[in-house]
Amino acid sequence: NGRLTLNCVGEEDWVDSRTIYIGHKQPPPGTEAFIQQRFPDNRIVSSKYTFWNFIPKNMFEQFRRVANFYFLIIFLVQLIIDTPTSPITSGLPLFFVITVTAIKQGYEDWLRHKADNAVNQCPVHVVQHGKVVRKQSRKIRVGDIVCVKENESFPCDLILLSSSRDEGTCYVTTASLDGESSHKTYFAVQDTKAYNTEKEVDSIHATIECEQPQPDLYKFVGRINIYMDNEPVARPLGSENLLLRGATLKNTEYIYAVAIYTGMETKMALNYQSKSQKRSAVEKSMNAYLVVYLCILISKALINTVLKYVWQADPNRDEPWYNQRTETERQRHVLIRAFTDFLAFMVLFNYIIPVSMYVTVEMQKFLGSYFIMWDDEMLDEELGERAVVNTSDLNEELGQVEYVFTDKTGTLTENNMEFIECCVDGHVMRGAAGMDMIDTSPGPEARVSIACSEHEELFFRALCLCHTVQVKEEETVDGIKHGIHQGKSTSFYISSSPDEVALVEGMKRLGFTYLRLKDSHMEILNREDEIERFELLEVLTFDSVRRRMSVIVRATGELFLFCKGADSSIFPRIISGKVDQVRAREGLRTLCVAYRPLSPEQYEEVCHLLSGAKLALQDRDKRLAEAYELIEKDLILLGATAVEDRLQEKAADTIESLHKAGMKVWVLTGDKMETAAATCYASKLFRRNTQILELTTKRTEEQSLHDVLFDLSRTVLSLSADYADYGLIIDGATLSAVLRPGQEDSNSGSYKEIFLEICRNCSAVLCCRMAPLQKAQIVKLIKASKEHPITLAVGDGANDVSMILEAHVGIGIMGKEGRQAARNSDYAIPKFKHLKKMLLVHGHYYYIRISELVQYFFYKNVCFIFPQFLYQFFCGFSQQPLYDTAYLTLYNISFTSLPILLYSLIEQHINMDILKKDPSLYKDIAKNSLLRWPIFIYWTILGVYDAIVMFFGAYFLFDNTTFTSNGQMFGNWTFGTLVFTVLVFTVTFKLALDTHYWTWINHFVIWGSLIFFVVFSLLWGGIIWPFLNYQRMYYVFMQMLSSGPAWLSIILLITAGLLPDVVKKVIWRALWPTTTEPSVGTLPPSPPPSLCCLRPPAESVSNPALLEVTLCLSRHL
Amino acid sequence: MMASGYSTKEEDGHITVSGPGGGALRGKKPENTAFKQQRLPAWQPILTAGTVLPAFFIIGLIFIPIGIGLYVTSNNIKEFEIDYTGVNMSSPCFNCSQNFSWNSTRPCTCSIPFYLDQPYENNVFMYYGLSNFYQNHRRYVKSRDDSQLNGDLQSLKTPSKECEPYAEHDNKPIAPCGAIANSMFNDTLELFYNDPNGTKVPIPLTATGIAWWTDKHVKFRNPGENANLTAVFQGTMKPVNWRKPVYELDSDPQNNGFINEDFIVWMRTAALPTFRKLYRIIHKKNNMVPTLPRGNYTLEVVYNYPVRSFEGRKRMILSTISWMGGKNPFLGIAYITVGSVCFFLGVVLLIIHHKYGNRNNSADISN
Repeated sequence: NGRLTLNCVGEEDWVDSRTIYIGHKQPPPGTEAFIQQRFPDNRIVSSKYTFWNFIPKNMFEQFRRVANFYFLIIFLVQLIIDTPTSPITSGLPLFFVITVTAIKQGYEDWLRHKADNAVNQCPVHVVQHGKVVRKQSRKIRVGDIVCVKENESFPCDLILLSSSRDEGTCYVTTASLDGESSHKTYFAVQDTKAYNTEKEVDSIHATIECEQPQPDLYKFVGRINIYMDNEPVARPLGSENLLLRGATLKNTEYIYAVAIYTGMETKMALNYQSKSQKRSAVEKSMNAYLVVYLCILISKALINTVLKYVWQADPNRDEPWYNQRTETERQRHVLIRAFTDFLAFMVLFNYIIPVSMYVTVEMQKFLGSYFIMWDDEMLDEELGERAVVNTSDLNEELGQVEYVFTDKTGTLTENNMEFIECCVDGHVMRGAAGMDMIDTSPGPEARVSIACSEHEELFFRALCLCHTVQVKEEETVDGIKHGIHQGKSTSFYISSSPDEVALVEGMKRLGFTYLRLKDSHMEILNREDEIERFELLEVLTFDSVRRRMSVIVRATGELFLFCKGADSSIFPRIISGKVDQVRAREGLRTLCVAYRPLSPEQYEEVCHLLSGAKLALQDRDKRLAEAYELIEKDLILLGATAVEDRLQEKAADTIESLHKAGMKVWVLTGDKMETAAATCYASKLFRRNTQILELTTKRTEEQSLHDVLFDLSRTVLSLSADYADYGLIIDGATLSAVLRPGQEDSNSGSYKEIFLEICRNCSAVLCCRMAPLQKAQIVKLIKASKEHPITLAVGDGANDVSMILEAHVGIGIMGKEGRQAARNSDYAIPKFKHLKKMLLVHGHYYYIRISELVQYFFYKNVCFIFPQFLYQFFCGFSQQPLYDTAYLTLYNISFTSLPILLYSLIEQHINMDILKKDPSLYKDIAKNSLLRWPIFIYWTILGVYDAIVMFFGAYFLFDNTTFTSNGQMFGNWTFGTLVFTVLVFTVTFKLALDTHYWTWINHFVIWGSLIFFVVFSLLWGGIIWPFLNYQRMYYVFMQMLSSGPAWLSIILLITAGLLPDVVKKVIWRALWPTTTEPSVGTLPPSPPPSLCCLRPPAESVSNPALLEVTLCLSRHL
Repeated sequence: MMASGYSTKEEDGHITVSGPGGGALRGKKPENTAFKQQRLPAWQPILTAGTVLPAFFIIGLIFIPIGIGLYVTSNNIKEFEIDYTGVNMSSPCFNCSQNFSWNSTRPCTCSIPFYLDQPYENNVFMYYGLSNFYQNHRRYVKSRDDSQLNGDLQSLKTPSKECEPYAEHDNKPIAPCGAIANSMFNDTLELFYNDPNGTKVPIPLTATGIAWWTDKHVKFRNPGENANLTAVFQGTMKPVNWRKPVYELDSDPQNNGFINEDFIVWMRTAALPTFRKLYRIIHKKNNMVPTLPRGNYTLEVVYNYPVRSFEGRKRMILSTISWMGGKNPFLGIAYITVGSVCFFLGVVLLIIHHKYGNRNNSADISN
């Protein structure tokens, strides 16, 4: 918990910014006095425990869980008072559970320690007194100058001072931080980039002021003060100067950098905070059942205590001459005695709440999640990625999803941009991939005309210049081929945005090739194979709020600002240009390009604005945004480009399946309405017969929001009977208007209700123009609506993280936009289409499995404990246990534990392929249907029935007679053993009856655990165990088995116990079949694929035959 | 929780050390087994009316004959029971039960005449039965020291705490200790056949073979193998309610001390408050003469055991035994019941199957 304490320490001397002396050199006197701060060393502590505090801390954490605490209390009660069962019976399982968990956690922590040590001790190079010294990583202090070589990862957060490259840049891959494997460029501080030997670097005299550490990976503001000739020069520092711990240096021989955040204050460490835990619906019902059983337990104990004192009112019953109390007991106060009795009953019946259920559930979830990871159908060959399970706690929730919120770009679509066409002055030019540009362009004349147009020339250059694309040279080709013009194979473009790459590549096909950025000059190869050079003066980087980016370049004395962005962000800033020429086309993503010529005076002003904003330590982003706002104005429209984002493979099929499975699919995207709607049609979210309801700014401008909402709700509600298929489109602005808390009148609160009502009646909803936070808001809104539906959010980008975290189940797509979504999700899948198997197959199976697990656990413990309860009525309410201690202890942990665990891992009530083929089967388990109260009560009643059968069966068998052929009598332990034997067999057979998927493992485990029970019983009774102070079980089991009637009654009682459940199952199946049940027989276990649809349903074939057999049988009778 | 623990480990687990995706790479190429793909070959039985029907009829067909057999066997067993508690004034043992005192030195005897209306063949087993006697009371059940009974000398001198308050008397350890031993049944029952010519013929009763063989030979052992019992038990007290110490229970050394079979039988605590325990066996003489011929008998009771205080009853039972034990119609009836229920359900299911099964199938086909 180093993180926590760190924060506390930080608060003591909290300052907004920190000051770092590079190389620990004091600043020259006369400068501002800085408050000296203490920084932590570069030790990473991810371990939770130390050697000394492991036992107390781990114990404390384990006993914080209610179940463990409950069993601890029971154990302590057993130790303190005289209870019917020995403390071992509850102590041993508890000890077992606690030990296993502790060992597991200890091992994990040991691994963490090992990893920590490896990290903390790995050698790094630090510059000291002009020499490079090897040091252990943990000894790096803030202010140390570190030398990092190629392919090494950064030991802490560093500010780049200089690099081996002339431009003072270096390439970095942050694959291990956010999964983006592309190389990113980082820049050295301009004034220090020349210092690239250790001597020179050591001579730098400067201080850095920067903000205190914060977890945002992409934000950093700071300032460096360089004292050259005692004249401080201040330069801004931004995230482009900050090398993050965990990233790796690439394509750069070495760099020098200064440590600014170390150890637990690095951004990486700050980012690995655990997420809040999500709980599944099954877990909630499980806890509800536990409460019910706790009540049953307490009432049982109370009833027995009361009855005991009623029965004992007669002193001859209380203390007959043959069974006297000890003197000390006699003197105890009646109330204390009653309380002790109550506790003793609690202890006797405590097994009804099984300690092992939690362990089994956890094992099931943990082991079960491997099936998702192993699944070959969810393996993406291209990426070589499999599904990843980050939290196995939610496996069964995958079977309960009612609402799916999906991102569009990168999730439904490939996010693999292709340049389709561009439009300049009304001319459309196509440049689709794979087609030669000459084929598609209107011919030689057109070419001439293109060349003529000055606008077009400018347009192409603008597209070639206005981007942040890097050129990566293929390293494998050695020095001979080193130019980009040598051939395509030697280089390719890299960018964080796929649109840009698509555009630059499109330009290349149209004749303008971007070569490289060299010495702040961008080089372009134009159609005449001439190299044009433009000096890159400023880059106004892209952000999702502005939705545009700009560059300022100088070309032969002329200054230009080129701006590129979404139409909505460009149009308002245009002063001339044919706006109406640019129109969004279906399914295409359009970007507008504009420019603005700058006079030198204007440029001066721009520089001033920018540097002012960049140097600011506080609110830098805000000031930058303001500066950008001022600079990007008075634009002249050049044209527009269209880029296509293709749908992901099988996206439409997946959406259709989800629809059929009864899920409502919502698309939440930041994209504009037309594009998004086109994607929705393409992905079959909207069909041709879907009636589209629009709730957009355009409509609310015409009518008031109030009227629109009421209009829509009227349409939806009045016609919903015959017009089932509605689609709703809403945009971000309108949504926030709907959700805005009431300002003018009170019925704005009801807007939300009306909106929800409309949504409920729509099969598909498209929300466009969404900010990331709005996505989360929508999810929250639906989560909180009155049915409390289970939501699932799926997305691939950083903008989806908030909704992924908000939804019940968050799924990340391992997409192109980095790994943040995948990292923050509960499950990560390579492609959207894998969602189908994830939900329809895995989700369904896990739900079936865990619900049976939960119900069965309660059932088998009712069967186990209820006979003990009944026995109390025949032993004078004396808390005499029916079963031997060993049976009490081992029932849950070994005799009946493995079959259910295995069942809950591999049960398939229906074939996987049927589940996939028929998505509507998913509706069968909707709304937690297998864990509803009626079903729970059925199981409980079944348990009570079985218990009654077992107990009274044995009772009547023992009733005042012998059942051996030698006339000898059996005692109470034989009675208990008989009940227990029937119990173990009945409970195991019940599970066997529920098993629909018998692999050899099931056979092995089910028969194996029965055999184990028999062998154990033989052994347990076969020897006088020297360590026991009683030998009550000696030969009891064998003597019982030597009697014929005992065998007969075991068979009879098992049959009688299982009978009602079988009958119930068969009758239910015949009269009220669920949708899954009839389809079980339709596909034979392993059908030849070609015949599968031709074959008649197996059930209809087999049944008449069986019927005949039974008819014959009955006739013979 | 367990799994989330693992996942946090992975997150914290220092990418810098293991190298990016070192673990992930391993996970990317697992060998593809049927188990991992959840496609193990499996038998997939389905419980439908069609599959269950034959099973029901078969169960019915098997259970009903077994039940009838058991019921007939049970009915053929002869059993005679007589209550000699002495609750009624008319009862011969009334006086004994009224004037009971623990301290009386002269044993009270009573004799009860009874008539067997049919001859008892083969071995006849003689039981005593007690009612309303809670041998299964927890305080009672645990009040014994098994290692003392197993002949452990240490436990003989220092009985287990579980025996309290029957562990020590006059500062001497009690052997055998505990409530069970202390309350051992000590009535003596003797059986006489009243010959038609007026003589009372004592019927020979065997006192061995009434306890489990394993109990007698393994679980119960006298302390100090083969030594003089009197000497071994020196320094211990007899249980408070006993008239004789444990080493004087029988003259036969193989049936004396802890391995006395009456004692062993008593020490096996009964499951229910009304129980019977095997007292004696009357072995058959030869095949010609019934073991107990029809006629008048007298039961001579040495009345030592008080049960009136807790409203208990004492009985003497004579019973013949079959392969399935004593007279108990329950198992037979239960088998017949379950068998018939199965058969009946089979018919019901047949109707259901006939009516609805076809409907389902046709629905399937139309789909």
